[in-house]
Amino acid sequence: MTTTALASLAHLAVRDLSVSFQTDGEPIRAVRRIAFDVKPGEILAIVGESGSGKTVSSRAMLGLLPRTARIEGSAQLDDTELVGLKGEAVRRVRGDRISMIFQEPSTALDPVRTVGWQISEALRSHRPLSRKAAMARAVELLDLVGIPDPEVRVHCYPHQMSGGQKQRVMIAMALSCDPELIVADEPTTALDVTVQAQILDLLHDLREKLGTAIILITHNMGVVADLADRVAVMFQGEIVEENSAAELFANPHHPYTQHLLAAVPHLGKPRPAIMDEVAPPPVASRVVMAMRDLHVSFPGRIGSPPVHAVRGVNLDLHAHEILALVGESGSGKTTLGRCAVGLQEPTGGVIELLGTPLGSVSARDLRTLRRRLGFVFQDPAASLNPRMSVGACITEPMKVAQEGTVGERRARAAELLEAVELPVEFAERYPHELSGGQRQRVSLARALVMRPELVVADEPTSALDVSVQAKVLEVFVRLQHETGFACLFITHDLAVVDMLADRIAVMKDGELVESGTADEVLRAPREDYTKALIAAVPLPDPVEQALARQRRRALRAATRQ
Amino acid sequence: MARYVGQRLLQMIPVFFGATLLIYALVFAMPGDPIQAMGGERGLPIAMANRIRAEYHLDQPFFVQYWYYIKGVFTLDLGMSFQRRPVFDIIAQVYPTTAKLAVYALAIEGILGVAVGLISGIRRGGIFDTSFLAVSLVVISIPTFVIGFVLQYFIGLKAGILPATATGGASWRALTLPAITLGSVSFAYVLRLTRTSVIETQTADFVRTAMAKGVTRRKVVTGHILRNSLIPVVTFLGGDLGALMGGAIVTEGVFHVNGIGHTLYRAITRGEPTTVVSIVTVLVIVIMIANLLVDLLYAALDPRIRYAK
Repeated sequence: MTTTALASLAHLAVRDLSVSFQTDGEPIRAVRRIAFDVKPGEILAIVGESGSGKTVSSRAMLGLLPRTARIEGSAQLDDTELVGLKGEAVRRVRGDRISMIFQEPSTALDPVRTVGWQISEALRSHRPLSRKAAMARAVELLDLVGIPDPEVRVHCYPHQMSGGQKQRVMIAMALSCDPELIVADEPTTALDVTVQAQILDLLHDLREKLGTAIILITHNMGVVADLADRVAVMFQGEIVEENSAAELFANPHHPYTQHLLAAVPHLGKPRPAIMDEVAPPPVASRVVMAMRDLHVSFPGRIGSPPVHAVRGVNLDLHAHEILALVGESGSGKTTLGRCAVGLQEPTGGVIELLGTPLGSVSARDLRTLRRRLGFVFQDPAASLNPRMSVGACITEPMKVAQEGTVGERRARAAELLEAVELPVEFAERYPHELSGGQRQRVSLARALVMRPELVVADEPTSALDVSVQAKVLEVFVRLQHETGFACLFITHDLAVVDMLADRIAVMKDGELVESGTADEVLRAPREDYTKALIAAVPLPDPVEQALARQRRRALRAATRQ
Repeated sequence: MARYVGQRLLQMIPVFFGATLLIYALVFAMPGDPIQAMGGERGLPIAMANRIRAEYHLDQPFFVQYWYYIKGVFTLDLGMSFQRRPVFDIIAQVYPTTAKLAVYALAIEGILGVAVGLISGIRRGGIFDTSFLAVSLVVISIPTFVIGFVLQYFIGLKAGILPATATGGASWRALTLPAITLGSVSFAYVLRLTRTSVIETQTADFVRTAMAKGVTRRKVVTGHILRNSLIPVVTFLGGDLGALMGGAIVTEGVFHVNGIGHTLYRAITRGEPTTVVSIVTVLVIVIMIANLLVDLLYAALDPRIRYAK
C-alpha cells in the first residue's frame, strides 16, 4: 500500500463522544467522553466486556441507536460530522462510507431474500446501477470474499449457506460500495473456530488488498492479536487504555487490561495456579460411563436418507476425571452428551451408566439413575426457570426426588451457594436479577445438589465474557477437585479444554477421530483434523499469532496437495 | 412442489371420507322422520311413504345408504331435494354468490387490514395507531348483525349510496355492504396481527442490517419488514377464507343474499338430510382446498419452508 493511495482514504476522529439512554429513572451513561482515531487503512480493535459500551459507541456514529439514546461530542469522518447527522444525510453515509458487519450471520441476513438481492440492494441504495449490473457486481463481490461458484450461489437464500458463508456474504455486502471504514462488531463470535480462522484470514487479506480501515469490536483477545494494529480497551463506558497491539499485549498498564489479559485462556500456556490449589482427585480405574459402538441416527425427511449424528463411538469415562469432548458444531458432540445421560436413545450400540446398561432399564429406574447425574447447560438465562427463586431452582432436584425437609433443602441451597462463591442471600432472588456468570454458577450449584457422580456440562461458558468465564471455570474446577465428580465437558473452545481437561476426545462428523490425555492431544496431535483445529485457535499474543498464521497457511497448503 | 401438492391431495381422501361419514351419521341421527314430516299433520299413506323411502334408499342399512351417497358424489349426482330439485342445481345456483361475497370480504379485510396494520406497526404509539386500535376494539366488540343493520340503515336506506339488500341480484355493487359487514371483524384481527408482527420484525437483526446498508426507510419497510411479517396474517386469512366459503347465515339473512349459508340453514330447519349432507360435503372440499392454498402461499412467502426435495 503506497502513501498516495492511503491519502485518498478517510480518517475518523472521535472526540468526547458520550452516549446516554433515557430511562424511567436515572439516564444510563453507556459511553463517557471517549476519544480515538482511526487512520486510513488501520485496524483498530475496541475490546471490552458486554456492557462496556463498545458496540454502542460504534452504532452511535451511524445513528443506529434507539430513540432513547442521547449522543454528545463529535465523530468526524474527514470533513463530515457524524454526530447529529439526520435523515437522508446519515443514510448516505451508512453502507457507502461506513459499513457494518454484525455478529450473528444467521439473523443478520433477511431469510426471504436471496443473497444476491441483498447485496444488490446495498449497491443500488448508493449507486445508479441497473438490476442486472448490480447482480453482476454481487457475483464479483462473492468471488472476492471466497464463495465458490458465485454465479450459482448468488441466487441462494441465506438458509442454504453455512454460517461461515453467510458471514462472507455479510462481508461482501459491507464491501459493496468501497467504504472508507468498516465496523466489524464481533464478526467471528458466532462461528466455529476453524471457520473463525478463515474469516479472520479473509479480513486480513482484504485489508492488505483494499486498504479499508476497520474498527474491530470484540472480546476475544486472540482475534485482537490476530488482526489489530492498535487496541483500545473499554471498561464501563470509558477507554481506559489505548496502545499498539504489540505494546498492549507485552505491557498492559491499566489494571483492567492486565486482569482481562490474565483471564484469557491461552492454549499451550501452563494452567493458572488457582486451578491447582486443591489437588485433583486421583483418576480411578472405575468406569462410570462406557459407550460401545454407539450409533445415533435421526430419520430424514420422507425420501431423504437418515442423518447419522453419531457413528460407532467407543468412549470410557473414569471416576474423578474430566473428559473434554471437542468438535465443531454439527460434529455430534451434544448428541453424544445427551446419550451419556440417557436423554437420547441410541439407535445402535451399548451405553453403561454407573454400572447399569441403559438399554435394559425401565423409565422409572432411569429416573432414579438420573438422580446420580448433574447437568449444566449452555445458556443459563434459558435453563433456569424465571419464575422460581434461585434457592428453589437449586433445590428443585431434591424436591423432585422427595428428599429432605424444607429446612434441609434451604440449608443445602445455602451450602451450595457458598461453594459456588455467591452470597447466601441470593437464594431469595430471581434469575433475572443475576448476571450471566452468576446465573451459570447457580446452574452449577443445581447440578451438584444431589452430589452426583457424573456431571455433563454442555458448553457451560461459551455464552460468557472471558473474565466471567475464567471465574466460572475456576469455581467449576475447584468443586470438581473437592467433590471428585466425573465430568463430560462438551465444548468447542480448545483453550478452555487446555485449562481443565484430563483427557480429550475429538469428534468430527459423528466419529471420534482422536482421544488421549490432554497433553497428548493438544501438544502432539496425531490426526490432521485435530492439528487443524488447534492451529485455528487464535492466540492472545500478536507475535505468536503471526507465526501461528504462517503455520496454519502451510498446514492448509500441505493438506490441499 | 408438484410432489408435495400430490401428497396433500392424497391426504384429502381420508379426510373427505371421515368428514362425510361423520356428517352423514349425525344428520341421519337427528330426531324425527323427515318423510312423515313431508305429509304435514295428516302424515303420508304407508305405501307412498315406503315408495319415497325406497327412492332415497332410506330403507337400506346405514352403510348402504352412505355407499349410494358417495357413489352419487363421484358422479356429480347429489340426489334430489324434497322439493324435487336436484341438489346439485341448488348448490350451483347459490354457491357463486357465496364465493363472490367471500372473495370480496377477504379482499377488504386482507388489503385494508394489512395496510392499516403495517402503518400502525411502524408508527407505533402515534395518533394513527391509537385511533385504529380503538376502532378495531369497537368492531370486535359489536355483534356482526348490528354492524350489518347500521350499515344497511345509514348507507343503504338513509344515504342511498349502495343497495340496502341483494334481492335484485348479486352484483358486486349489491354485495358491497354485506362484504364490509362480513369483513369488518376479521379486518380488526388482521390489523392487530399485522401490527404485532410488524413491531416484532422491526427489531430483527436483518432490519438493522438493511438500515446499516443505507437502504431508505420506505424500502426497508416494503422490502424486508412487510414480507417477513405476513406469515401469521396469511394463516389467519386462510382460516377465514374457509369460514367465509361456508357461507354467512347472519349476514346473508340481514342483506337477503341468496347464498349457501342461507340455503343450508333452510335445509336444516326443514329437515332435509340429503341437501344438508351434500352442501356440507362441498364445503369440506372447499375448505381443504383453501388450506392447501394457504400452505402453498407460505412457501411462496418464505423460502425456508420447503415442500419438495
